[in-house]
Amino acid sequence: MSTKMVKFIITRQDNPETAPYLEEFEIPHRPNMNVISALMEIRRNPVNAKGEATTPVTWEMGCLEEVCGACSMVINGKPRQSCTALVDQLEQPIRLEPMKTFPVVRDLAIDRSRMFDALKRVKAWIPIDGTYDLGPGPRMPETKRQWAYELSKCMTCGVCLEACPNVNSKSDFIGPAPLSQVRLFNAHPTGAMNKEERLNAIMDDGGLAECGNSQNCVQSCPKGIPLTTSIAALNRDTTFQAFKNFFGSDR
Amino acid sequence: MAGSKDFVNRRIHSLLGVIPIGLFVVQHLVVNHFATKGAESFNAAAHFMESLPFRILLETFVIYLPILFHAVYGLYITFQANNNVSRYGYFRNTMFLVQRVTGVITLIFIAWHVWETRVQAALGAEVNFSMMADIFSSPFMIAFYLIGVLSAVFHFANGLWSFFVSWGLTVSPRSQKVSTYVTMGVFVALAIVSVRTIFAFI
Repeated sequence: MSTKMVKFIITRQDNPETAPYLEEFEIPHRPNMNVISALMEIRRNPVNAKGEATTPVTWEMGCLEEVCGACSMVINGKPRQSCTALVDQLEQPIRLEPMKTFPVVRDLAIDRSRMFDALKRVKAWIPIDGTYDLGPGPRMPETKRQWAYELSKCMTCGVCLEACPNVNSKSDFIGPAPLSQVRLFNAHPTGAMNKEERLNAIMDDGGLAECGNSQNCVQSCPKGIPLTTSIAALNRDTTFQAFKNFFGSDR
Repeated sequence: MAGSKDFVNRRIHSLLGVIPIGLFVVQHLVVNHFATKGAESFNAAAHFMESLPFRILLETFVIYLPILFHAVYGLYITFQANNNVSRYGYFRNTMFLVQRVTGVITLIFIAWHVWETRVQAALGAEVNFSMMADIFSSPFMIAFYLIGVLSAVFHFANGLWSFFVSWGLTVSPRSQKVSTYVTMGVFVALAIVSVRTIFAFI
């Protein structure tokens, strides 16, 4: 009995220092399979399309429901999460590549540390600790909460950095994701108390100014976050902040 | 400082492209449009412009220094990008690439144009209708000027769009869309003005 086969062409790399190479795989088709279940099948039986035994393909995954951002990779030329990439909706052969904007650890696994470092740099949190109970913070209007929820959907998956022409080895641009987080935390009534610190952080080298308005980020974001609106709003905020910094302000 | 060096340079780059360079380009194209009224009107207008008081100061601070900064920093920005239009063929990403390509073409064109007119004027040549008619006697120069001027005009119009974004004037997607239509209208209007002028010399 002949079963339908699914063909994969995977960009592999043994370690961060070695050169990448292509390897083809053919695995039996199952209904409703996604890229991750296909990779699991390769892991179960690591034999390539030529019938040679090989090492299992390495990739990262977490939630399997497109909220953790760990399983991002370039699938048929577009960066996206492999958990929601359904094999039946993809053109074959399916090409899998790592998001090369990031350092490749092995095969499809990449190191997204730069994104978490950027979140620390821009102070993407709300300081609430004190030496005594500070009491409840100001209330947030429900309509604003609903709006802010959309920005909070960012899962640091790295797709926007991969799509951005200005995030590369020639530039120190932190990328759209951490910028939008600044807008999220500045919009929070308690977070707004540290608004200036965050604005000054993104006015540093590699920050907001490196955006070239290609707007690939907003087209690529799997969560539909209005990244370019955030960037433009921050452009406005930093315009005022720059004047305040330069001329002084009575607040 | 108001922000880091990158932040300030990027904002100054954006501002200079519109004020004064953009304003100068519009003025330059409009004055040149006198050519459509004949050699005499063009020569009178050109003579008025070149006999403005404090000419060398006006030229230095409104034209030379701003263009020099805009060009040098613009090249730095251009070569920092890894263009990826083949993978992400979205409208804005295409404009991002075209903005960089037209910027480089415009720089080459301006360098040649300044050499051919302003530098020659400093060396004693007279800049007038017949000088331009002479230049346009070669079909190659007509093509070169058409490409150069249209690149410059596009670079200005699309740069106006990103100026509005970079300074936070257009924030919402709708405002950015409206601004796309308005700035492309500016491109078409200035393109008509400049093409009419070029053909007036032929």
